[in-house]
Amino acid sequence: MPAAVPKLPDDQLDALAAAYAGATAAKRRHVFIGGILLVLAVVLAAWSSEVSITKFSENVWRFPAYFAGTIPSISLATFSADVAEWLWGIKRWLRLLGDTILITYLGTLAGAIGGFVLCFLASANLVRSPAIVFVTRRTLEFCRTVPEIVFALIFVLAFGLGPLPGVLAIALHTTGALGKLFAEVVENIDNKPVEGVIASGGNWFQVVRFAALPQVLSNFVSYALLRFEINVRGAAVMGFVGAGGIGQDLIEAVRKFYYTDVSAILMLIVITVMVIDLVTERVRHRLIGMESDR
Amino acid sequence: MTSMHTPLAVDGASVALRYPQYFRTNWRFRAQVGSFLAVALAFIVIGIVQLEIPFDRLLSGIFKLGDFGRLMLPPDPGSSANAALYLRALGETVSIALLGTLGGAILAFPMSLLAARNVVANKVVHFLSRRSLDTVRGIDTLIWALIWVSVVGLGPFAGVLALICSDFGSFGKLFSEAIEATDKRAVEGVRAAGGSHLHGVRFGLLPQVVPVLASQVLYYFESNTRSATIIGIVGAGGIGLQLAEQIRVLEWQKVSFIILLILIAVSAIDWISSRLRFAIIGRRAVT
Repeated sequence: MPAAVPKLPDDQLDALAAAYAGATAAKRRHVFIGGILLVLAVVLAAWSSEVSITKFSENVWRFPAYFAGTIPSISLATFSADVAEWLWGIKRWLRLLGDTILITYLGTLAGAIGGFVLCFLASANLVRSPAIVFVTRRTLEFCRTVPEIVFALIFVLAFGLGPLPGVLAIALHTTGALGKLFAEVVENIDNKPVEGVIASGGNWFQVVRFAALPQVLSNFVSYALLRFEINVRGAAVMGFVGAGGIGQDLIEAVRKFYYTDVSAILMLIVITVMVIDLVTERVRHRLIGMESDR
Repeated sequence: MTSMHTPLAVDGASVALRYPQYFRTNWRFRAQVGSFLAVALAFIVIGIVQLEIPFDRLLSGIFKLGDFGRLMLPPDPGSSANAALYLRALGETVSIALLGTLGGAILAFPMSLLAARNVVANKVVHFLSRRSLDTVRGIDTLIWALIWVSVVGLGPFAGVLALICSDFGSFGKLFSEAIEATDKRAVEGVRAAGGSHLHGVRFGLLPQVVPVLASQVLYYFESNTRSATIIGIVGAGGIGLQLAEQIRVLEWQKVSFIILLILIAVSAIDWISSRLRFAIIGRRAVT
């Protein structure tokens, strides 16, 4: 149902239209300049990373073909036998997946403890000395920026092949990532309990235990669970460099073109990651709910 | 510092008598905490037994790490030719990150519209698009890199394609969540003024989400630079290739030089991208 729209007199309308045109022109100019810079950056990047459209168009069919190749031939007539053949290594793969989850668990736990210890030293509201805060923060930044797989590469040389370097690599990286998040939580706490504990004669450890900890603990657990979720993905590839878990079988299957094994292992990894995502999300929502109840 | 404060002399017993609710032992809570800790401990033991963690190697390994650390100092590329090579590889890494992020964002955008409940109301479409994004996201960048290397061959191009794939999953999820969090009144306004559904998306929805999406893309550019440094380990180009090689041949001074380069590059990109993000959305937290 169209309604009559009242129209302003032309002289008022002109001023408004001119202002609108000016505003949009300025915005368009910014977008245009930004767009040109972006295109330049993309061209430079494409040149540097050897992007080749011909190579891509010649080979792109291999990508769906690759995945099509990994699909096992399962017919209805011999369904159970086909599935059994596809998942022939299921016992070994499940054990390796279990290893992967345990690596994640130990690594995340050790990293959370490390981050927990360091985060109080990195919080400017609890530590008076700027030097300690600065050094702790830079250490955490270093642990966070170096990817865990690089730590794993180095640790494999120091500790030998096996799950141990994987656990330690995840622990170190997690210390950096969680330490930073934890420190941000600690810096945002209500300062009154801290002052209260100091005023009643508490020392530094009592301040942390009775003033800071009750305020931050549920947030800490929530962040640690989120990290656990991320680390499962990280641990799944630790085997690429010999640091244990399902990754070692996956890289072997990909390198040796055992197509159906690739799809079986990938499926197992994706299912594991999804289940862990769902579980940790539930737990985190309950924790956040507990927080808002208080 | 705390020794200056003398605690007030308080008669503990009388305080406990006056405020019994603060002094009562909460056995139920303690039992919960205790059982939680017991389960956590049990998993630690299971982990150590199942993974056969060799504690004897722990100590010798730490000494070896100390040796590696000493050998890393000072960071040294060996020759200026090597330094140039590493800088070129670093440029390649940043390029991979840029193209991967952009490509992933461009491909994920239409998908995120499909996966957003307020754009496509169909439950089946919603479910399918969400689950396929979850599947793509469940596969790590390094695995994508491995697959693309066997498709297009060794080199940085495989890395770009791998980052596009893994970003497609994450961006699809983030974007669709951002779109679902928009204010629907703007869209209703456009519809009420006679616009079609597509008009509503274009003029009601997009202006709300584009700044949020742009800031998410910038944020990912930084984290993708970290990912791009490692995909070289499986042969997908960038500085990771050099890094893995130098670690394997125990050239520790070169290793520390490359790690230093990565640290500098990542923090430079972090700085630039957070500047740009603040310019786009103002100083509020990215969600």
